[in-house]
Amino acid sequence: MATESSNILEVQDLTMHFPVRSNGLIRRVTGHVQAVDGVNFSVPAGGSLGLVGESGCGKSTTGRMVARLLKPTRGEIRFEGDDIANLSSRELKPLRRHIQMIFQDPYGSLNPRQTVGAIVATPMEIHKTVPEKNIKARVQELLEFVGLNPEHYNRYPHEFSGGQRQRIGIARSLALQPKLLVADEPVSALDVSIQAQVINLLQEVQREFNIGFLFIAHDLAVVRHFCPEVAVMYLGRIVEIGDRDTLYNRPLHPYTQALISAAPDVAQAAVGGRRERIRLEGDVPSPINPPSGCRFRTRCSLAKDICAKVEPPLLQVAPRHKVACHFAGELGKVPTRPVTADFLGVDDAGNPVAGKQPMPGLESPDFRDTWFDLPPQG
Amino acid sequence: MSVSGPQADTPTEVESPTTDQGSQIRGMSPRQLAVSRFRRDTGSMIAGGVVLLFMLLAVLAPILTKMKILRPYTFNSDKLDVNNGSVPKGALGGISWSHPFGLTPGTGTDVMSRLIMGMTFSISIALLAALLTVALGTVIGIIAGSSGKWVDAIIGRIIDMTLSFPQTLMLLALSSTLIYQLERLGVPKGNFARATYLILVLAAFGWPSFARIVRGQVLSLREREFVEAAHVFGASQARIWFKEMLPNLWAPILVYFTLTMPAYISAEAALSFLGVGVKPPTPTLGNILSDATTYYDSDFAYFIIPAFVLATVVVSFNLLGDGLRDALDPKADR
Repeated sequence: MATESSNILEVQDLTMHFPVRSNGLIRRVTGHVQAVDGVNFSVPAGGSLGLVGESGCGKSTTGRMVARLLKPTRGEIRFEGDDIANLSSRELKPLRRHIQMIFQDPYGSLNPRQTVGAIVATPMEIHKTVPEKNIKARVQELLEFVGLNPEHYNRYPHEFSGGQRQRIGIARSLALQPKLLVADEPVSALDVSIQAQVINLLQEVQREFNIGFLFIAHDLAVVRHFCPEVAVMYLGRIVEIGDRDTLYNRPLHPYTQALISAAPDVAQAAVGGRRERIRLEGDVPSPINPPSGCRFRTRCSLAKDICAKVEPPLLQVAPRHKVACHFAGELGKVPTRPVTADFLGVDDAGNPVAGKQPMPGLESPDFRDTWFDLPPQG
Repeated sequence: MSVSGPQADTPTEVESPTTDQGSQIRGMSPRQLAVSRFRRDTGSMIAGGVVLLFMLLAVLAPILTKMKILRPYTFNSDKLDVNNGSVPKGALGGISWSHPFGLTPGTGTDVMSRLIMGMTFSISIALLAALLTVALGTVIGIIAGSSGKWVDAIIGRIIDMTLSFPQTLMLLALSSTLIYQLERLGVPKGNFARATYLILVLAAFGWPSFARIVRGQVLSLREREFVEAAHVFGASQARIWFKEMLPNLWAPILVYFTLTMPAYISAEAALSFLGVGVKPPTPTLGNILSDATTYYDSDFAYFIIPAFVLATVVVSFNLLGDGLRDALDPKADR
């Protein structure tokens, strides 16, 4: 087992189901949007985990639950070993200073009626971490650190560009010296030239303050640059998680393979030609009524009977690599029989085998010292 | 799209140096921007000036009356034509240098003095009622907008009910009993109790529409990321209401207030006409006009002058409100 203490955040079986209500007076609950459904991951102290996926896959909801803007339906969020998933807002308050968030929209995340100084000072006023008379100096220090002119503390957000506003947001999130930062698409609203600067600033922040990052993005290049470890989400589940080199060079899940093949690659362009694009057919199914078994099976070229019957567990297949697929394998080298069948106590078609039980504890937030080798492929 | 490699350039040097030059220039707050927009709008500036003038007159009227410069309560029966239904002698209702707006038929009081003094009472009633309306509307609107489903639903139904009430009818029907109740509760008898009744009733029927506006604003504000950011810091609900949301509600509050004022001034006039308002000899714009309607064929000037003054007050308040709305929310459609 990996040591518990090395992870600042461990998330286990995290689930968020939003009720869907009928129209009318009674407003019965007619279903649930399964935005996030049983997610496991961990963020090492001072490290960063990237969370990627297309719109609506639940990555932002996951971030919001970790920052406890949302109360999860089920599951555990262990921050420094303590479960914060079910704490009341009163109990949360002392913990809030350790978990901060950077928001996506640099125009919406700053109060237009407050000066930059007031905005950055707010967290310090709430938590009284800094004596009243030192707040201004501290605000200016923070503004300077994020690359803004400290004299601008009495200006208003509308006077700044998008990139500068995002810096203000970063300064605000650093005001309490948090241990964990949830960055919810921090650069996706900025144009490309500014993105690089803000990413570099975040890296500097991480080096300087040793902050753990949960970095949510849909841009694979940004995540690859920033995060040593990356998790790919699809329809509320993590389908693959691993260190960036493995994930980008040898993805094992067909969805990850398709995702990476869709991202433009400068290196490939220099060599000439382009990689083969994997085109996914159809649309993402509705999270109100997700497909049975594997959620990706409706768009997967490898799908067989077992995929509709049994949900593949997120199985560790290498020191720092997990994948949730019955037919996990490198592109073009797909195993002929499901690699998971033996652990799940089912036959190759996904039917339960009498007398065999699924192995307990297949999924865990962190990586273990022992893992399941994939059978040799060919 | 690709992020540049991990060369360790400090972002400090990279981004827009434009702001560095302007470090001496103090930033313009949204309020200052609104003020400068308002200044450029000539029509609203004029309306604002007229409103200010009226307000000034309203404030000064009691003092001027004490100093005997205004004589709203002095009878000049010698200047009335007793043989012609006590209509003032002379053309246009007795307009002269000493009585620029003429005299009141029947009593012979100075119309200008009465109008200015009437402004004091009318504007005070409208102002208090509008303040109460906006305060109630803001508080209830914020509660409805930021509370859970049930509270919101209950407040929503109360608003629906209040708005669907036949309020003018209620006002008339309940006036005598409720005024009597107010007097029993210790409110000074007579016009004071009547004015209190007017203020309370106008506010009681006025808050729901503003509460709806505020609720809508709060519903959109609470989904804004800066409110979520405040939650992430652990800000208390009170802090979110007063420090994060309220500053963003000032624009609608101010606009609604300036548009409610003229509505209440004319409502006071209408209710005076129907006999609910403040009674003579205390003048209000409403009861002067109500009195004038009985003389409109024998002394037309006495009817047209108060009507014109009332219209001017109402129109200039309305124009001011419109101008404020445009200045505070440049994106809104006209």
